[in-house]
Amino acid sequence: MSILKELWAYMKVRKKFWLIPVILMMLLLGVIIVLAEGSAVAPFIYTLF
Amino acid sequence: MYILGISAYYHDAGVALIRDEHIVAAVQEERFTRKKQDDSFPHESIKYCLREAGISLEDVDCIAFYDKPFLKFERLLETYLAEAPRGFRSFILSMPVWLKDKLFLKETLSRELKELFLELNPGQEKESAAFKKSIQEKLMFGEHHQSHAASAFYPSPYEEAAILTIDGVGEWATTSLAYGKGNRIEFLKEVRFPHSLGLLYSAFTYYTGFKVNSGEYKVMGLAPYGEPKYVDLIKEHIIDIKEDGSFKLDMSYFNYTTGLTMTSEKFHRLFGAAPRKSESTLTQREMDLAASIQEITEEVMIRLARHAREVTGSKNLCLAGGVALNCVGNGKLLREKIFDHIWIQPAAGDAGGALGGAYSVYYQEFDRPRTLNPDELDKMQGAYLGPRFSDDEIKRYLDSIGANYRYIPNEDVLVDSVSSALAEEKVIGWHYDRMEFGPRSLGHRSIIGDPRSQEMQSTMNLKIKYRESFRPFAPSVLREKVSQWFELDEDSPYMLLVAPVKKSRQVKMTREQEKLFGIDRLHIARSEIPAVTHVDYSARIQTVHKETNPRFHKLISKFEEKTGCAVIVNTSFNVRGEPIVCTPEDSYRCFMRTEMDLLVIDNYLLKKEEQPVFEEKGDWRETFELD
Repeated sequence: MSILKELWAYMKVRKKFWLIPVILMMLLLGVIIVLAEGSAVAPFIYTLF
Repeated sequence: MYILGISAYYHDAGVALIRDEHIVAAVQEERFTRKKQDDSFPHESIKYCLREAGISLEDVDCIAFYDKPFLKFERLLETYLAEAPRGFRSFILSMPVWLKDKLFLKETLSRELKELFLELNPGQEKESAAFKKSIQEKLMFGEHHQSHAASAFYPSPYEEAAILTIDGVGEWATTSLAYGKGNRIEFLKEVRFPHSLGLLYSAFTYYTGFKVNSGEYKVMGLAPYGEPKYVDLIKEHIIDIKEDGSFKLDMSYFNYTTGLTMTSEKFHRLFGAAPRKSESTLTQREMDLAASIQEITEEVMIRLARHAREVTGSKNLCLAGGVALNCVGNGKLLREKIFDHIWIQPAAGDAGGALGGAYSVYYQEFDRPRTLNPDELDKMQGAYLGPRFSDDEIKRYLDSIGANYRYIPNEDVLVDSVSSALAEEKVIGWHYDRMEFGPRSLGHRSIIGDPRSQEMQSTMNLKIKYRESFRPFAPSVLREKVSQWFELDEDSPYMLLVAPVKKSRQVKMTREQEKLFGIDRLHIARSEIPAVTHVDYSARIQTVHKETNPRFHKLISKFEEKTGCAVIVNTSFNVRGEPIVCTPEDSYRCFMRTEMDLLVIDNYLLKKEEQPVFEEKGDWRETFELD
């Protein structure tokens, strides 16, 4: 839960409330992907991510 | 007050420990794990730093992480959103990493530190829970470019300075201009992702067939073989450079924001071919591309510096970020005389962010006064901030493998012997005292040789380093003699400035030689010190200072006494793809795998022909991924 509190505090400071639905949707999608995949390996040639 | 700075999870992980203003230790994790640019949690580095300081984890007052994960996540989401539905593949690959680890960095870091606590204090499970809680209170996150700027300014010898940080990307910023005074840094301007000079350079690194994030210095080394034929094309289509050095990229030529490659099909069409395949033959085309992107980079750097001078009015400039490792650009910047003095953080890449993170907390958060000591070059102690090994430890290791050695505790005798071997064109592994922090070997973990030898460059490249023959070697020169050998009279202790070999020492090419192009010019002797003179007569210079590296200084002085040459070849003590050696074991192993003639580990001298047969399972070359 502390991560949600921190994210909320962060959005307040950055005034990025419009990100809430985006974050929720993406988190949901992300969770599905995580559950579907099982392993997480960064694949990128340049670690922008 | 002890502050531990950590950089990890993206490029090269590193740790720095400061006690008030003093840097106790700083090191990259790759040196311990032997995995090049290891980005994992720097477990071994933290253990080493604590050992060096003689403290426990609980004694650390604050832990600074070098960037802000939420801000980075925000950039990711906004970029994906802006580009949707393109980038979906990249999104589904990156989200698991974020949702499992990177977004929960506070938790990840405190968990890792708790595990380290348990390793160092076995059986204290109960205490470890309280420790984890205390860690969460001690953890602080600084912005990526704040960490770079802090690593450039706070250890510098200046009371006030303009600060430029230029890299691939941190959170949003890719280039920042700041002004540092006393213990404060104020940010004035920034260029934001996706417009990035570092990523532009990386795109050309990728396109010319080198590995992104490690092959950039090869592009820089290749540039003098080519003609900057593509500059106009690049300016016309790809980059719009403004008068103040800010710039915009036409993103339709790139694929790095959401794709899995650096460049797009449009980029390939513009230059008329697909990217060069890694390890395939280098052609004049790649050399011309390298020369072109190098020229563009220098133009941006110079314009940025001019603007920084105008805006800040300062005579001093501090540089950090990956692009600050472009020593050819740094040399040009120096020769433009925009600033009276330039200081570049030797660990200008992400590992150095650990040091910047720690200093930011100390000066900015705790508002501690910043003092300058006029007797020292800077606060970096020559960048000799890594592990050292006692004579006993070295002896124990050498005895355990049955190595044959001579113990020479008298420094004069040792230096005399090694300088004679150098003059006989022997190639020597030189391991001395504390390891360097940052990507350069500065005479503590170096392979050294005679720069007067015509064959030295190809011998070292092909028989010792096992790397491409075009790659140049760097000279180490006595600080007080630098202007006698090079067109430079400045300190360059961290090998981050390139300047021409002194005109009077250059050998002019014959008419026939001048007709040669590119790599064909490689074997022409271009100066009295051909092994360290690049095809354009330039050299990446390290000035050796008596104050920070007395033994190396003595060695070069002795070599000069015998040969009249105050310069030696200095290259990193490793083979291609291997992290620079750290321990006596690493050094001995590298010595035995290659065709080096002598190895010196502090006071121990070893000759190759006297060593027992060195056997390894399999081919060691396969253990290192090519860089």
